[in-house]
Amino acid sequence: MSPARKRRLTTYGLLAILGLAFILPLGGYSVHFLGADALAQDAGSAVNPRSNYWRAVADGVNGYTAVTGQEAGVLIAPGGTRWQALREGTIARYLPWGMVGMFVIILLYHLIHGRNRLDEPRSGRRIKRWSWLDRTVHWITAISFIILAVTGLSMLIGRTLLIPLLGKAGFATWAQVSITVHNVIGPVFTVGIILMIVLWIWYNIPNATDLKWFKQGGGLLTRSHPPAGRMNGGEKIWFWLVAVAGLAVCLTGLIMVAPAYGIAIPAWAEFLPFTEGSRVQMQQANMVHAVVSLVWAAIALGHIYIGTAGTEGAFEGMATGYVSTEWAKQHHDQWYEELQAKGKIIEPGESHSPSRSANQARSRPATASR
Amino acid sequence: MARMKFLCDAERCIECNGCVTACKNEHEVPWGVNRRRVVTLDDGKPGEKSISVACMHCTDAPCQAVCPVDCFTTTDDGIVLHDKGLCIGCGYCFYACPFGAPQYPQQSSFGARGKMDKCTFCAGGPEEADLSDAEYEKYGRNRIAEGKLPLCAEMCSTRALIAGDGDEIADIYRERVLRRGGRPQTWGWDTAYTEG
Repeated sequence: MSPARKRRLTTYGLLAILGLAFILPLGGYSVHFLGADALAQDAGSAVNPRSNYWRAVADGVNGYTAVTGQEAGVLIAPGGTRWQALREGTIARYLPWGMVGMFVIILLYHLIHGRNRLDEPRSGRRIKRWSWLDRTVHWITAISFIILAVTGLSMLIGRTLLIPLLGKAGFATWAQVSITVHNVIGPVFTVGIILMIVLWIWYNIPNATDLKWFKQGGGLLTRSHPPAGRMNGGEKIWFWLVAVAGLAVCLTGLIMVAPAYGIAIPAWAEFLPFTEGSRVQMQQANMVHAVVSLVWAAIALGHIYIGTAGTEGAFEGMATGYVSTEWAKQHHDQWYEELQAKGKIIEPGESHSPSRSANQARSRPATASR
Repeated sequence: MARMKFLCDAERCIECNGCVTACKNEHEVPWGVNRRRVVTLDDGKPGEKSISVACMHCTDAPCQAVCPVDCFTTTDDGIVLHDKGLCIGCGYCFYACPFGAPQYPQQSSFGARGKMDKCTFCAGGPEEADLSDAEYEKYGRNRIAEGKLPLCAEMCSTRALIAGDGDEIADIYRERVLRRGGRPQTWGWDTAYTEG
């Protein structure tokens, strides 16, 4: 080999090495341009059945077990973790503040706006508003509601609020009383809710007057008295809330308590949601129960305020069954006019129902003429 | 400090249910309650696997977090115990537990759930151990206080179920896996080296 050829080879060799040293490291980009698929091996047969098998188990795969018991074949049920997160977070930590917020709003309203007083002095004339049955159903349901709210809240936030006060043993005694009372009063409340719906749905069909009532904001802030029939727009909203929330809370409550009582869900009810009785459904029922009842309890504070301290003359309607004509004229003008036309106003001193006294009034001249 | 753990080797468990029987007999567990159960996955198919499962004595246990009366205690050994004197049978631990450990005997006046029962790692309740009849009736045998390990693991014929200090158990299991040698048996091997 001539020295010139040797030199040439060395020079080209060095240049090639230098050039490749720059270019070859860029080879990885070819994967980018060709796409990863071009280089990937067939992975189908390479998936380890074992690792993914166990991964599926963590999602709640059902297996066989000789042990009898509900869902005993499920090795890992992931639903509880989600339930726990929602219960500890949104439900126990934030929702109960809704009641506190409502209380503060009512207090401020009462301090700034003051009591909703009757515009005219009482004449002593009355109108029958609620029958004996209406009032019985209302008060049984209302007292049950308060008992259920107190015992239910004890179980939800008692660990945070009451254990520091009562100690663990003291609170456990109260919690045992709470859960027993809650489970026994619950069905009573359910009957109350159903009766309320049947008795009062006829008064609570929405109509055009309600729209006018809502446009004026119910007169809550303006001190005006928007038109209303037997029930005003706000009362109708409350009725439908009681109906919907009541049925939801009662149904979910019964679903949670049924397995504990060993009651099987009947076949005809299986189309209903939450009736499978599985852990997942009990978790869902528990969440619906807690969310709905907490929101409902907050709004109920408003109903309690308006019906007692908030409105002069409102409480006597549900307590005695009679309201003053001044109250009726002010809050339910259309209803008042309707009853006035039918002659159902009870004059002071009269204790009979107006229709009977009207009959007597009519029959009296007849006997006198005889 | 030891951190007590159960470990069930799925390559060894033969679904004899010896652990279930041992537990039931040792603690005289109420009718209808099984503190331990064996679950077989893909039963009857090639590659079926059995696993014995009970309370896993979780760190940061969900049952403990959701209990309305705060009746759970984690001992210094990492065993999750519950106080049956406080339990009100509400069922929340049963909702929260991923392993189905908490169970309820049907008893009490209104037919409602009784006090929750679950695996105690053979360590009784959170109260001071006194090895009395009252303690036995409430929680079952307190073998830990007697210086013994859980009976289910002690009785396991194939040594699939092992119980004790987490570090020691991990060592035993690691040694087994290495001795078996077959790589696909190692958890995640194919995901790390073969998949995709």
